Amino acid sequence: MSAPVVIYVPRDAAALAMDADTVARDIERMADQRGLSVQVVRNGSRGLLWLEPLVEIATPQGRIAYGPVQPEDVASLFDAGWLTGGEHALRLGLTEEIPYLKHQERLTFARVGVIDPLSLQDYAAHGGLQGLKRALAMEPAQIVDEMVESGLRGRGGAAFPTGIKWKTVAGTPGDTKYIVCNADEGDSGTFADRLLMEGDPYVLIEGMTIAGLAVGATYGYIYVRSEYPHAIATLEAAIARARSVGWLGDDVHGSGRRFDLEVRKGAGAYICGEETSLLESLEGKRGVVRAKPPLPAISGLFGKPTVINNVISLATVPIILAKGAAYYRDYGVGRSHGTLPFQLAGNLKQGGLVEKAFGLSLRDLLYEFGGGSASGRPLRAVQVGGPLGAYLPESQWDVPLDYEAYIQISAMIGHGGLVAFDDTVDMARMARYAMEFCAIESCGKCTPCRIGSTRGMETIDKIAAGSQSREQREQQVHLLRDLCDTMLGGSLCALGGMAPYPVLSALNHFPQDFGIESSQSAAHAA
Amino acid sequence: MHLREAKSDLASSGGARGGKLALDAAQASTTPAIAATARILARLKDQPGPLLPVLHAVQHELGCIPAEAVQTIAEALNLSRAEVHGVITFYPHFRTEPAARHTLEVCRAEACQSMGGERLAAHARAALGCDFHASTPDGSFTLEPVYCLGLCAQSPAVMIDGQPHARVTEAKLDRLLARTLEDTP
Repeated sequence: MSAPVVIYVPRDAAALAMDADTVARDIERMADQRGLSVQVVRNGSRGLLWLEPLVEIATPQGRIAYGPVQPEDVASLFDAGWLTGGEHALRLGLTEEIPYLKHQERLTFARVGVIDPLSLQDYAAHGGLQGLKRALAMEPAQIVDEMVESGLRGRGGAAFPTGIKWKTVAGTPGDTKYIVCNADEGDSGTFADRLLMEGDPYVLIEGMTIAGLAVGATYGYIYVRSEYPHAIATLEAAIARARSVGWLGDDVHGSGRRFDLEVRKGAGAYICGEETSLLESLEGKRGVVRAKPPLPAISGLFGKPTVINNVISLATVPIILAKGAAYYRDYGVGRSHGTLPFQLAGNLKQGGLVEKAFGLSLRDLLYEFGGGSASGRPLRAVQVGGPLGAYLPESQWDVPLDYEAYIQISAMIGHGGLVAFDDTVDMARMARYAMEFCAIESCGKCTPCRIGSTRGMETIDKIAAGSQSREQREQQVHLLRDLCDTMLGGSLCALGGMAPYPVLSALNHFPQDFGIESSQSAAHAA
Repeated sequence: MHLREAKSDLASSGGARGGKLALDAAQASTTPAIAATARILARLKDQPGPLLPVLHAVQHELGCIPAEAVQTIAEALNLSRAEVHGVITFYPHFRTEPAARHTLEVCRAEACQSMGGERLAAHARAALGCDFHASTPDGSFTLEPVYCLGLCAQSPAVMIDGQPHARVTEAKLDRLLARTLEDTP
């Protein structure tokens, strides 16, 4: 009796959204009918999202990928002898050799898509827990120093050095401190947090535990948006299992140290991705932004010193501790150290997750990885960094992806999401949407954001109406720029403070869509 | 700052005024919504920052957060009704009226727009015969906008009763809606 053939069918929402559950069921049923012994493992997603559901067969040569597999393909895959790697139109060869995956530098995402996300054994067998074991043998201050040394900057978008944040919390006296994970990944074009939480939840738990040891916190919260029900379910199952084997609780890994955490569910408010608003929400209030200071590191959740970091920042902590700060720091360029999981989204042939060291260009991502537009039409604009990020025209696609280089061109890398648009896009409409989105999601605390976004929408409507003379239009554009200036300088947080970026970049780089002369906008852009 | 601490402690203490007595009485209420809310409160009110978990649990059980639950929640958590109302209305996820039997959420964010999401949204409106934030006259579907489901590489995306669907064409949406009604009319 030979061992069953292991078949991996992802359980990630990206695969479920393409019928992966039916595929998995059909595989088991047909294997049974044919008297073949198989074991279906539900892994995370490899991040090659145009190929989902990407089914992998474990063979002596390695894992062989087939995709995208739809329920109607399953019978023909068995006919082709896929259990021994048989030829088929959907066969992609060894997964690790697929260029999209092979050319990545997966540090944070090393296990995502490889392991069964909830298997404690898989996690430990694939390099998990190494960072925590090292951290348990270190002084808290040493852990913080290691984080500072690594050069890791907040992956949520603001790019503030993680180690410095930890140092502030560690140095603030307090009997109770908290670790809060910001998993309110609301930016369109981003899904790295979701892929990680659904594909390797223990790495986040490990990262938060290390953060707790470093700053003297014993409790953590993961604030996940309600739009991610699968991530919530995976995390909750992982936390329960981790607790049951002593990875969490009063005696973490037998060290005598305490750390535990829980998942809290958001309720559809984009603004709760802003850290102070998230803390208000955790406290059970309206997600209204707090004025800073005090920093959350000094007075955060329930007024206590609080580390609040993005999912990717915290999930990167274990590898930094496991391999040392220098190992991580050596990736990247300038002051952008390490890797970033870029997310290729929108109108691209090959959308997905690409973890690479900083320094490559948008053009590389769009064409080498993304394969150009999905529609077959020329790409025209790319929004980088979510709804508050600038639209970049082709002339800027060769700027290296580096935090500082992007600031120089009035853009931001943010959480690493990019949304590509082909030449059918109307940039005046996208600019209007940026203001509309800000108006819908504004918490209402500060006037520039609350009122400015609505006035901005109205002004763009007037410009686009077409009934106006060129002179009137230019007056409105002048007004819009003035309004953007007020929002940029006068808003309390990044929502109102950055919503002008997509608007201004659209105006500066695509003036023809607003029916205005480019010379005028070029003068403003300079 | 001191004010905020004092206030959050009060909020998390379960309340002195409403407290246990009121909650016991509410659990025995003959109004099912109040009794259910009180049971949820008894289970969840003592954790720090309990309001959102309570609201989620109430909506999960009752399908919405009805007006009579607000009073019970406010008393148990020692908040004013205005505060609870403020929180419910701040978050788009919470509803004060029940949704239809099924909920279709259509993503309206940028990545989906780049792949024809607005056409799909218009089609959803036409197919259901209702606008966003509204329900079909027969009470079968509620149509809601959503700002990103995290399926941005497989746009456009929708969610039906919590199940995600990607690369949704107009024809695929029609099939999904029909199948939903077939499975549970």
